[in-house]
Order: sequence, then structure tokens, then C-alpha cells
Amino acid sequence: MATDKTNLQLVVNGILNENPIFRLVLSMCPAVGISTTVMNGFMLGIAVLFVQVCSSCTIALFKNVIHPRIRIPTYTLTIATWVTVIDMVLAAYLPEAYAKMGIFIKLIVAFAIITMRLEMFASKESVNASFWDGIGMGLGFMFGMMALGFVRELLGMGTLLGYDVLGFKPLLFFVLPLAGFFCVGLMMAFFNYIEIVYKRAKRA
Amino acid sequence: MNTNHTLRRILLSLVLLLGLPVLAQGQELIADQDFGKGPNEIVVTFAGTVDRAMVEDPANYRVYEEQDPDILLALESVVLAADQKTATLTFKEPLNARLSHVVTISHLSEGGGTAAFTVMKPYLGYLFSILIGALLINNFVFTKYLGLCVFFGTSKRKDTAKGMGLTFTMVIVVSAIMSWFFYQFILKPYGLNFLQIVVFIGLVSLTVQAVDTVLRKVNPALFNAFGVYLVLVIANCVIIAVPLILADNEYKFWESFMLALGAGGGFLLALYLMSSVRERMELANIPRTFKGVPIAFIVAGQFALAFLGFSGLVIF
Repeated sequence: MATDKTNLQLVVNGILNENPIFRLVLSMCPAVGISTTVMNGFMLGIAVLFVQVCSSCTIALFKNVIHPRIRIPTYTLTIATWVTVIDMVLAAYLPEAYAKMGIFIKLIVAFAIITMRLEMFASKESVNASFWDGIGMGLGFMFGMMALGFVRELLGMGTLLGYDVLGFKPLLFFVLPLAGFFCVGLMMAFFNYIEIVYKRAKRA
Repeated sequence: MNTNHTLRRILLSLVLLLGLPVLAQGQELIADQDFGKGPNEIVVTFAGTVDRAMVEDPANYRVYEEQDPDILLALESVVLAADQKTATLTFKEPLNARLSHVVTISHLSEGGGTAAFTVMKPYLGYLFSILIGALLINNFVFTKYLGLCVFFGTSKRKDTAKGMGLTFTMVIVVSAIMSWFFYQFILKPYGLNFLQIVVFIGLVSLTVQAVDTVLRKVNPALFNAFGVYLVLVIANCVIIAVPLILADNEYKFWESFMLALGAGGGFLLALYLMSSVRERMELANIPRTFKGVPIAFIVAGQFALAFLGFSGLVIF
């Protein structure tokens, strides 16, 4: 059963309709833990994008030879292999960013979003469609992380990507790691609010 | 060349043979030893009164951590108390109280008596502090922000929370112990550290699959109650974080066991607290935009603030 969406629709679907962080509420650990700056979000987004695309393609390629009873362990091991690759690449070429993200790169292996996409999409669709779906999901995750990082960095430190924008620090509280909980909750409420207003405007 | 080696070996064994009785005698000179109140202190109590000038000379001491005998720790000063029995050794840098330290004192008296002893914390107390640390002080959910997907997914009802927490604790203890064995006896000796992620997550999958199969056959009633949570265990970051942490810190067997138990118990505690609040929240009048997940995040943030109060707590 092939999907009837075009490649572009698949990508946009991942970014907007099924955004991993704000819509599916998956992969919350990094969204709370290390979304303190835009740069952190971008780096982790790149890593997740890579793992998601590579594992989606791998599973789509081998979907006919995987026994249904052992499909979950197979997905996990596939993801683990690609995570090991990106882990070693980042540790070798970007040691500074790698040190900042700490254990989270290795934890990509347990991110629910990737396993879920393999189960729901890649194990049923063609390699081409899985590739574009992986891109969409990866970008959606990256945009979600960067949006959180944008709010937290701007409000917490008054900077964006390390440059001083505001000149003062409106809410230092947002830099604290645990403010991630409040930030995610408030942003979700904000998006809900926009949706409600939008629907009301449409009806009127 | 060869004779030189043999000679050296004979000399060494001679020194050891002569040295051992002195060491044994040294044990009797020391009544008690422990880490001091400050972070860089060791307190030694002697069995009898000792000579002040000899004891207060830092040059007479050799102190090192048991695992690196080559690195001697720099001593700042030694002060003997007025009773001439209790000496406080102050070091230039804070000591790592988790490791056992070997202290050798030479020239303890005019005759040149030597004392050697080991200072370490009671092991059971250390294990207990790991357990409490993982349970409360470094709670994986509220202070390390791990396992949140499953945390928000299964904390709607108390029954679900209990089921998920118990299943998770069971699986994490089994898989952490297996990971420890694999890491210590296979990955480390053969230099396969880069396979950590693949091996650890593979072991978790295996454990889950095994528990699933065994439970299905042996106790169908229990399987009906807990089977649904088994799949979710894999999607929990804590399950892979614990093996990585115990490999990084080179924990021993019981320490690994306690860390896994604390992580599982901490997750159960967090789930139970959260589900109690969320059951009450269903009755409350919450603004439409905050209903469901957003308000859960804000409550979790408040729990995290409360758990921040545990930080810095030191047991033993």
C-alpha cells in the first residue's frame, strides 16, 4: 500500500501536521533537556535527521525479509548502528558541540519518534517515500528544537546564536534546565490558542 | 641482563620479607582512621601518644588512591591535637571520598617505626548513597529530563503508572546487570567500546522479548496486566542511559545494581506522583488552551522545581 502523497507533501507533513515535538508529543527528553540555545537545537536536529533518514531507508529496503515477530529488535539495532556512526563522527569532527550535548546523542537510540516512524511508515512504504518522510520528520524535529531554543535563548539570555540582540536579560529563569518543562507547556498552549482562534475566524 | 633481573627479584623479595613484619607492627600503632569533616582531610587516631615533631612533618607521609599508586597526593599540613593522639592530615586538593586511600607513615618514632593503613568509607553506606542518589537527588525524570515520552504517556491514571513503573524497574535491573557483565568481561577486555550503544540496546530488546515470551506462557494473568507496558520500555531513554552511566563511571557489580534499582524506583516514584496530580486535575476547571498535555508539562516543571531542593544533599 503505497502512499498517495507527493514528496513535498511528505516533507511538509513532518514539519507541520505531524510535527514530532508539538503535535505527536514524542522525543520530549531533548526538547526539555538541552533546548537552551538555538545552536544546540540545530546540532541535535542534524543528528536526528541523519539517523531518521538512514534508518528509514534501511528498513524500507529490507522490509520484506524482516520477520514480523522480531521487527522491534531489528528496528532498534538498525537505529543503534546509525547512532553509533553519527556519535563517532560528531566526537571526531565537532568535539565542542559534542561535549555540550553530552549523553543525548547516544540517547537518540531510544527516541520514540524514530522507532514510531519505522513502524508506522518505513515498514510499509517504498524507499523513496520513506526517504522523504524521514527528511520531513527530521526537519520537523529540528524546527521544533530550534523554536524552543529561540524562545529560551531570547528570553533567558537576550541573545540569538550567541549574538546580543536585546541588550538585557528579560527572564533569566528560562536558561535553567528545568524551565524546559514550562517553556514546552506554554508554547503548546500558545499553538493551541492559535488553532482555536484560527478555527473561530474560519467559521465566522 | 638475565642475572641482573634475577638479582633484582631476589632483592625485592628480601625487602618485602623484611618489610612485612614492620607493616604488621604498624597496624597496631593506629587505633582509628577516617575521612575528616572537610573535603580534604583525613583524621588518624594513634594507639598511644606519639612524638609531635615526627608526626607533624609532612615529609614522613605517602598518600595515594588505591587504584593509582603512582600518583602521590600533595599534603598541605599535619596537625596533632592536644591529646597527642589525634592527627589531622590536610591535603592541598579535595579528596575523592568514594575511593579508598592508602596512607603510609614512616619515622613514626625514634626507632623508625612505619605504619600503613587504608582509609575508606563503609561500603554499604556508599551503596545506599548511590540508591538514594538515583532515586531522589538525581531523579532521572525530574533532574535529568530523561524518559519523558513514556512519563507523559503513562501518567494519566494511577493503575497505569504503577504497572508501568513496576515493569520498568524489573526490566531495567535485569538489563543493567547483563550490560554490566557484557561491558566488564567482553567489551572492555577486547577493546570494543565503540559497540556500547548497539550491545546495550540489543540487550534491552532481548530482555524485553524474553520477559514477554516467558510471561505469556508462565503467567497469562500477569501478562495481561503488564504486557502492554513492555513495548514502551524500549522507548524510554533511561533504560539506555543507565548502562552508559555505569560504563562511564566503571561501577562495580553492586553499585550497578543499586543504580539500576534507584533509576527504576525513581521512575516509579515520579510516575506515581504525577498520576496522583493528573487524576485530580481532570476535575479541575482548566483553560481550554492548557487542557491535556500543556498543563501536564507545567505540573512536571513544578515537580522539577521541588526536586531541585534535593540537590547538594550528601548522605555519608
